[in-house]
Amino acid sequence: MMSSIITIDNLCLWYGNQQALKNVSLDIAKKSITALIGPSGCGKSTFLKTLNRMNDLIPGVKITGSVQYEKTDIFDSATDVSELRRQIGMVFQKPNPFPMSIYDNVAYGPRTHGVKGKAKLDDIVERSLRDAAIWNEVKDRLKKNALGLSGGQQQRLCIARALAVEPAVLLMDEPTSALDPISTSKIEELALQLKEQYTIVIVTHNMQQAARISDNTAFFLLGELVEYGVTEMLFSQPRDKRTEDYITGRFG
Amino acid sequence: MLNAKLSRKRRRYIGFMRALMYVCAALTYALVLFLIAYVLAKGVPNISWELLSTSPSYLTERIGILPDILNTVYIVIATLLIVLPLGVGAAIYLTEYAKNKKVVAVIEYAAETLSGIPSIIYGLVGMLFFCQFLGMQTSLLAGALTLVIMNLPTIMRTTQESLKTVPQSYREGAFGLGAGKWRVIRTVVLPGCVDGVITGCILSVGRILGESAALLFTAGFAHALNGIFEGLTSAGATLTVALYVYAKEQGEFGAAFAIAAILMGLTLLINLAATLTQRYFRRKKA
Repeated sequence: MMSSIITIDNLCLWYGNQQALKNVSLDIAKKSITALIGPSGCGKSTFLKTLNRMNDLIPGVKITGSVQYEKTDIFDSATDVSELRRQIGMVFQKPNPFPMSIYDNVAYGPRTHGVKGKAKLDDIVERSLRDAAIWNEVKDRLKKNALGLSGGQQQRLCIARALAVEPAVLLMDEPTSALDPISTSKIEELALQLKEQYTIVIVTHNMQQAARISDNTAFFLLGELVEYGVTEMLFSQPRDKRTEDYITGRFG
Repeated sequence: MLNAKLSRKRRRYIGFMRALMYVCAALTYALVLFLIAYVLAKGVPNISWELLSTSPSYLTERIGILPDILNTVYIVIATLLIVLPLGVGAAIYLTEYAKNKKVVAVIEYAAETLSGIPSIIYGLVGMLFFCQFLGMQTSLLAGALTLVIMNLPTIMRTTQESLKTVPQSYREGAFGLGAGKWRVIRTVVLPGCVDGVITGCILSVGRILGESAALLFTAGFAHALNGIFEGLTSAGATLTVALYVYAKEQGEFGAAFAIAAILMGLTLLINLAATLTQRYFRRKKA
């Protein structure tokens, strides 16, 4: 396996008294796509949101174990959460552009992190929109409200917004589950392009999607990491009976 | 054969109930229409440029309500200036920061109770606390502060309700980009709740215009023509209080009805403004 960018060791997570993750350990390889699959409620989204500490927003969450990002402990009290989230960006299940212009949406992140000056912001906005493969569709209406875009365009705008702060990792939480098939394939293509520069971790309900685009796949069940490995291997020769049952559609 | 005809008794019953409802509706309409027509008929002929543009004089027996109009404007401005930051701030704290759900519930319940208390009690407390204990005398400022307490729950509740309608996904999106809590609130949450704040303001203005009991105790009855700063520190009657004074103490029903007609017009304008803002923001959101 290639060198890893995030190392998760013995991660356990509780919502109140309910344990959502049980001793999860895995390495996420740099500049690759890692897919997280498993039935609803298996903890894959929870796991994803732990990686940039979005779970901090939920009251009553308790975490043990360690997550190392580029050799630093993300739970350390000295860790700058804002900087962590800049480097580990997130794309959500439902496209959630802010109710402002397309331009301001993309510029939001850089402005948050102190980028000033119109020329500089213009550059960042154009580059991010190009990288998210939506520039040609919106270049003539950058000042229009982002909520006027279609669902698929909104989601690519959200990807552009995440790319604008130059992250190293992109976490995607079922980014295509609210989209039509054409928009879905556009996002998948985009993910494959993006992995040249970024590390992508993607939660998906769609096993074909995991098989199509990911390099490695992790299968979660009831908060446990059942199996983790190279995608082709996991889908063709699963080692665990439960993985086999899931990918052949026996439950889920 | 299906006997589809209603019995005569039943038909008579339906007819009777329908007639009863028509009577109720007609009575309601008639009462409102009568009230409006009566006030307008009695008031409008008494509205004159002299009435609106002068202050009263006992020497010439002139009646002018310019000081009262200005006092009303001053007290509206002063009240809003104080109550807005307080109410919006409290609402932000309660919805965005407060962790303890029990404390939030208690405060919300207290605010709800506060808005149901008869205004004369606010007046009494305002008089004892602001005018006497804090030594402000009977002044527009003391009146404004009393109105602040009265309107705080309104502003707080409308802002809170509107904060709750800002989708959680906006907050998540902003946090996900590394924005801090205050930045998220300032850039994403607050712009989404401007409509609630404005609605709260308009409702408050309406309430301030209509308030008399609380101001009788705290702001006084003077009809002196003052600038805003001078005005705030001296006693003064708002339009509603002036109405009371003219009608009850001087027997000037003409002037009282003129004021009533003006206040009714203002209320209409305020309601219209509230509806229009709500419609504007709803269209903007959609």
